[in-house]
Amino acid sequence: MSATAFGWLILLFPLLGTGIISFGYKRLGAAAGWLASLAIGLSFAAAVGALISLLGQAEGHRELTSSLWSYALTSGVDARLGILVDPLSIFMALVVSGVSTLIHIYSIAYLESDRGYSRFFAYLNYFVFSMLLLVLAGNFLLLIVGWAFVGAASYLLISFWYRRTTATTAGIKAFVINVLGDVGLVLGTFFIFRHTGTLDFLKTFHVVRHVFPHDGTDLVVGCLLLLVGAFAKSAQVPLHTWLPDAMEGPTPVSALIHAATMVTAGVYLIARMHPLFEHAPTAADVGATVGCVTLLVAATIAIVQVDLKRVIAYSTMSQIGYMIMGVSVGAYSAGLFHLMTHAFFKALLFMAAGSVISAMGGEQSLDRMSGFRRAMPFTFLCFVVGGLALSGLPPFSGWLSKDDIIGYLDNRGGYFEVLGILGYVGALMTGIYTFRMIFRAFFGEPCPEARELREGHLHHPESGFNPGTGELEDTDVGFPGPEHHIAERDLAMKFPMAMLALLAVIGGVLQIPGVDRGVSRFLSPTFANSRLAAIDPSTGSDWLGLIVGALIGLAGITIAYRIWVARPATSSRLEARFPALHTFLANKWYFDELIDALVVRPALWVGRFAETVLERGVIGGGVTGSSTGLVRAASATVRRAQTGFLRYYVALMVVGIGAMALYFLIQAT
Amino acid sequence: MNIAWYLVVSAIIFCIGVTGVLVRPNPLVILLCLELMLNAANLALVAFSRMWGNSDGQVFALIVMVVAACEVTVGLGLIVAIYRRRMAVNVDELNELRG
Amino acid sequence: MSAVLFFIAAIGAITGAVGVVMLRNPFYSVLALVGHLISLAALFLLLRAEFVAAAQVVVYAGAVMVLYVFVVAYVGGADEPLHSPGGALRALAPLFALAVAVELCIALLGTGLTAINSRGAHYVFGFGTPRQIGQEFLTTFLFPFEVASLLLLMSAVGAVVLARRRRGLEGTDEFEDRFAAVPRPAFTGTMAEGAGIRGGAGTTSRPAAQERPLGVSSGDPR
Repeated sequence: MSATAFGWLILLFPLLGTGIISFGYKRLGAAAGWLASLAIGLSFAAAVGALISLLGQAEGHRELTSSLWSYALTSGVDARLGILVDPLSIFMALVVSGVSTLIHIYSIAYLESDRGYSRFFAYLNYFVFSMLLLVLAGNFLLLIVGWAFVGAASYLLISFWYRRTTATTAGIKAFVINVLGDVGLVLGTFFIFRHTGTLDFLKTFHVVRHVFPHDGTDLVVGCLLLLVGAFAKSAQVPLHTWLPDAMEGPTPVSALIHAATMVTAGVYLIARMHPLFEHAPTAADVGATVGCVTLLVAATIAIVQVDLKRVIAYSTMSQIGYMIMGVSVGAYSAGLFHLMTHAFFKALLFMAAGSVISAMGGEQSLDRMSGFRRAMPFTFLCFVVGGLALSGLPPFSGWLSKDDIIGYLDNRGGYFEVLGILGYVGALMTGIYTFRMIFRAFFGEPCPEARELREGHLHHPESGFNPGTGELEDTDVGFPGPEHHIAERDLAMKFPMAMLALLAVIGGVLQIPGVDRGVSRFLSPTFANSRLAAIDPSTGSDWLGLIVGALIGLAGITIAYRIWVARPATSSRLEARFPALHTFLANKWYFDELIDALVVRPALWVGRFAETVLERGVIGGGVTGSSTGLVRAASATVRRAQTGFLRYYVALMVVGIGAMALYFLIQAT
Repeated sequence: MNIAWYLVVSAIIFCIGVTGVLVRPNPLVILLCLELMLNAANLALVAFSRMWGNSDGQVFALIVMVVAACEVTVGLGLIVAIYRRRMAVNVDELNELRG
Repeated sequence: MSAVLFFIAAIGAITGAVGVVMLRNPFYSVLALVGHLISLAALFLLLRAEFVAAAQVVVYAGAVMVLYVFVVAYVGGADEPLHSPGGALRALAPLFALAVAVELCIALLGTGLTAINSRGAHYVFGFGTPRQIGQEFLTTFLFPFEVASLLLLMSAVGAVVLARRRRGLEGTDEFEDRFAAVPRPAFTGTMAEGAGIRGGAGTTSRPAAQERPLGVSSGDPR
């Protein structure tokens, strides 16, 4: 089968999965989970098939398009239902479908007792379908469609436990910020389309150099708008406030959407649009700067966060910052390689966090957890593997990918070298917050739940509660189910975590400088015409960067060890010495408050003004009131002729006849 | 006599009928005045028929008579019904179609 | 000779008409109309419309007026008071009618129809005879003839329906119970209700313009 046929199959299976589960959930029952996993598994198999088929093609012929249907081919618009199968899209499809399969299997156990079990898998399949549509899209139109679908799926999944107000508020927040990104994406598309006249990717990339001047205003504006879309989806500053709140969703959702797939859509967008960004370096520089700012801001916030999942969320934001920085400056394969390895270890970290939270009976606060090392050895091992990969220690995959990016930045020199140095600072902080998390949760005196677990009894609170607000809630539909599942006891959780741990360890072999450049070579057809991708740092500087990165990661871990294990009172002493800084960081740099004051309040004020003044006053009173008043007055006047007296009517008739006759008489003379 | 005289008489009778409809409050008398007006029209029709020399006008006058008979029938039926309901037989008080 | 007859008949017709309008007792009005009809029949004869004249006397003066006499006898018609209300209209009505009369006369006499000033077309034997009218009815004017008979049937049925008794002797309060005093449901859209004269159940009479405050729409979520 041709690669494009496989491409359509990649899209078909999740769509079938969501359709079957949506319509047949009553009969499926518990089989919904397995069906969903099978659907994504088949999609992954199709992606592998597409990979093999693509590799079978000659080097210059690896960008294949296929169109099923033309929506509109008139008036300068070429809107087609078409996919683009090339190394970049297959790479993304493999990552997305592969990690999704593992997370589906994990969810089968994690959400077993939840009343919304089938709904979850329908939503999850729908999400995977949308994400695959996004990465396989061959033109701007389908990209926007996939983009919007992914936003909708994210909303559905974040507010999955819909009877919790915190969850629904978080879902709305995520959706609104995503829509802002959608607007940016659509406007950016329009700015570019206006000059290129085509919506198709390959054609656009072909003509961009001829149609736009280098760094031309329209192209820069269009790319900046595309960046707005990318930032909203990938939670970069200042459109990042939705990501920590999105942790209200179930842990598999956080693992899939907010670690491995949806948030990487922005990275994919920039990589896909690289011809545009290379032709408008101003926009690319903005992207790199924002990525760098994000990685630093997120890392600083993660150091003081108390909620376990939020630490990992800010870590995601920080790592995506690395990726955005990478693909904005030209380190395409490095950035995408980091995307892949990040998917592995971040999903692993989230899964392990889910296990710990289950052991705590739903509690997510680091203040209450400690000493789970002996009670949950497997989870501890997964956490350590993920943490080491995240911090960038050899020989884990994160080490090779993160330092690949920083090495490229340093090589490019000038402003980018500054960004690279800041990347190292971020790496230091990454080590600190990651191991802070691990030391606090697993080391020290075991907390009551850990002690219970060591005795073989899983802690089980009598009734559920909202970990964010602490209020009591029941376990009926719309709330989490009554049972909690940990990795040590459920094979369906253990297996995916083990797979991801394995990949986190050995995944780096794909791109070892000087030995092989598997990812770069695979992706080279996509980036063939890019002059930035052609810049290759020498092996020597690569290894130098890698060694520096490893040392910095190790330094971070050591600092964390000193503060949280060796001398346990250190953190509270530091807090007491820098209270203002601590508050500033704990309040997430006051971004929420800023956006509330700048955007939310004015919007609400405008709404209220429109309602009271415009709606009631002008339209209600003025427009409808005046017209109805006019009609009423006119009809009241005319009604006076209906007196009900017969003779009056006859008199009117006679007068009328007389008048008409008079008229005709006068006219005849 | 000239045809014109007949037409003048017809006009006068018609206007007397109009006056009667406007002035009298008793519906019976109003119907009578209606008859006056119809008869005036009949006279004019027959006069013109004599003028032209064909009998179309006379046929028309006969049909008018038929219509007048029908209208009288129904009108008087109405008045009888009103009387039976013990409502005042006076057009000034029968004004419920007001609005 | 015919001029003299014309004047007599015309004066008779006009007198009868004036009598219909002016006489107080409706019975006398009916009698005046009968006189008017017979004068009109004479005028028809002068115009050589034999059949129409005969029909006028037999049908109109004979049948329709007898019907009127019956109804006047049944309904009664007490003498009306001399100065009955309806003020402005009583004064102005003759003026309107006079205006219309003047206009008609001007129209008739100022017309370009020169034949008016003649005595009519040349008399053809058989003009106005029943034979000729009959032929017209059954050939040229067959359709109006048939429709007229249908019309007569309808009016006969209508009169029967209108004037029949519903059930035996009616009590004095039956009308009040059945029609006037039954409260109609509100907002059924009667004209009286719209004008605020007769309210429905539970409403008071008030002008329609104050019914609903502005700006309240049915889709108001609050």
